[in-house]
Amino acid sequence: MGMKTEEKMIIKGRRLDGREPDELREIEMKVGVIPNANGSAQVSFGNTVAIAGVYGPRLLHPKHLQRADTAILQCRYNMAPFSVDERASPGPSRRSIEISKVTRLALEPALFLEEYPETVVDVYIEILQADGSTRVTGINAASLALADAGVPMRDLVVALSGGKIDETPIIDLNGKEDNYSVADIPFAFMPRKKEITLLQMDGLLTPDEIKSIFKNLLKAGQTIYEMQKQALRKKYEE
Amino acid sequence: MKKVRKIILPGEIVGNAKDKRSSYGTFVEEGNIVSKFLGILRESGGYLSVIPLSGVYIPRKQDKVIGFITDVERMGWIVDINSPWQAFLSLSEAVDEFIDLKRFDISKFYDVGDIVYAQVSDVKRGDVQLTMRTPMARKLKDGVTIKITPSKVPRLIGKEGSMINIVKEKTGTTIRVGQNGVVWISGEKVEKAIKVIKMIDEKAHIIGLTDEISKLLSD
Amino acid sequence: MRPDYILKLLENEERMDGRRMDEFRKIKVETQNIKKAEGSARVKMGNTDVIVGVKMEIGTPFLDTPNMGILKTGAEFTPIASPDFESGPPGEDATELARVIDRGIRESESIDLEKLCLNEGEKVWKVFVDAYIINHDGNLTDASALAAIAALKVAKIPKLEDDKIIRDVFEKDLPLLHTPITVTIGKVADKFIIDPNREEEEVLDAKLTVAVREDGMVCAMQKSGSHGLTTEDVEKMIDLAIKKSKELRKLL
Repeated sequence: MGMKTEEKMIIKGRRLDGREPDELREIEMKVGVIPNANGSAQVSFGNTVAIAGVYGPRLLHPKHLQRADTAILQCRYNMAPFSVDERASPGPSRRSIEISKVTRLALEPALFLEEYPETVVDVYIEILQADGSTRVTGINAASLALADAGVPMRDLVVALSGGKIDETPIIDLNGKEDNYSVADIPFAFMPRKKEITLLQMDGLLTPDEIKSIFKNLLKAGQTIYEMQKQALRKKYEE
Repeated sequence: MKKVRKIILPGEIVGNAKDKRSSYGTFVEEGNIVSKFLGILRESGGYLSVIPLSGVYIPRKQDKVIGFITDVERMGWIVDINSPWQAFLSLSEAVDEFIDLKRFDISKFYDVGDIVYAQVSDVKRGDVQLTMRTPMARKLKDGVTIKITPSKVPRLIGKEGSMINIVKEKTGTTIRVGQNGVVWISGEKVEKAIKVIKMIDEKAHIIGLTDEISKLLSD
Repeated sequence: MRPDYILKLLENEERMDGRRMDEFRKIKVETQNIKKAEGSARVKMGNTDVIVGVKMEIGTPFLDTPNMGILKTGAEFTPIASPDFESGPPGEDATELARVIDRGIRESESIDLEKLCLNEGEKVWKVFVDAYIINHDGNLTDASALAAIAALKVAKIPKLEDDKIIRDVFEKDLPLLHTPITVTIGKVADKFIIDPNREEEEVLDAKLTVAVREDGMVCAMQKSGSHGLTTEDVEKMIDLAIKKSKELRKLL
């Protein structure tokens, strides 16, 4: 749950940045941004910018970590020092270690890792600019990067955040909303079967409120899904 | 915008499992055939497959590959075949004569850095075996190697070798193409051949590529 | 492509991508594209891609320079940038890169550090310059140093209210006195080249990085690579670096 504030976060049905409660920020996606990587993408949601690179499948070292029946997936979520107001000191924090783990769990169900025994697929996510919803922005970038890398997938993975500010359920929280929200829900799913692969929540919500936020997340998620497809096709159509 | 073949995406339903059968790059789920890859759909004899536009090389039995010797062991060689897994070329699959290992250093046959054109004889999980016991197999000398996307090798070769033959002829080069995406080039206009091969790699999904290539080659 | 082939080309004064020996790759400089940074630049030199972000914080001055602001430079080889970079603390190469960038800025007396003093002996501005490698295709030094000076040139000092930084309101530009430009000259056999890509870098015998001010003063140097250089080599390399620095300076 966020900090308390006297400030109203929703005025006359609009959020402070002018959005409707169920409106996404401006989204941009570009596939194939890191020539060295097997697959890569940059995704921005408003002022949040994430870049993801995929390396592999490649032989996993050290050997004792290898699995004879499948590839393993390794994810690293990291914030650039200049991505936030107060310079972030380089290196992993408790927060980034947890986010790296839930990111891996959000992506793993979408991959046919068993086709690559003894190997690793590395997914690196760098947050270049942070203005709320960084982990879900990173997951969208990773989904595109994995598809771009030619790693076999059951489906793409679409991610966004939901939550509640003042009394209103909203989606796609920006940084300020994230700080002052009553609740926030990072959320990811595979669109074809609407299988949820990331679900976290901080704050207080009634079951009915959760239901209504889910509805908004799935609806807006469809828009993000269409944008992911368009971004992947665009790489080959230019 | 250029005319391109239809791009299929991972998770996209490409057919009904009742009418068609699922082949490479697809899987069946709830009666549908679904793509695993970002790629191009191919249909042949009732089978649907998706040819990926990217991805690493996965060795399959019978594949002809170009590999780099990275280590000499007592009973054979470790070969980098541009895949997540290294391959092993055993002495018995490489050399006909009887070798007394006590007295003979096998690096005289193949040494670190040598390039071989070989065939995949067996794949079990991550264990890949090579053989030189096939007519085309040989050590490749004095050439340049480049890497292309392994799934685009058929495009580079073309129907019955049509594409690669034009490139060879117009650039006066000898070219060998490994199914692992490694291409070896030797001869006159090596730079030009490299340029053309890279272009085929980048534009494999474009309709009318052959014409574009012929044009580039006659410049 | 194989190193011996690249070496053979270079010995004949030829390059894989058809460039002349003293020709840069295509360079693109974008500034202020990181909104959370007080100054930022992204430099693409061919396929090499580097972002530099400048962050401003309040800190205490060093005892020996109580009236001067502080410059701190970092570089990260993010694992995103190359198949052989790993996660973890900055290694030898990243640390060297950070220090070479730092020296160019510091020794050229580029930033007017005295103007960054807020309260002598107590409070000064700290300027963090962080280089972030997005894709490594050689010549990280020139690309990062160019991004660093481009970012510093557009950097702004945020407003202070009761000692608190107001992040999106700016008081003035970061005071700069000089603009150093860094050019690295590579040597292979008896040939000199500039802006080597990664495969070319691997066959170089030695490199000399030279930082040059707009008034022609050389302000920092760093030799690297396994082979030695003669004084004649070094003199030639400095001349070439000064000549080529003019091209880079035009991009700012």
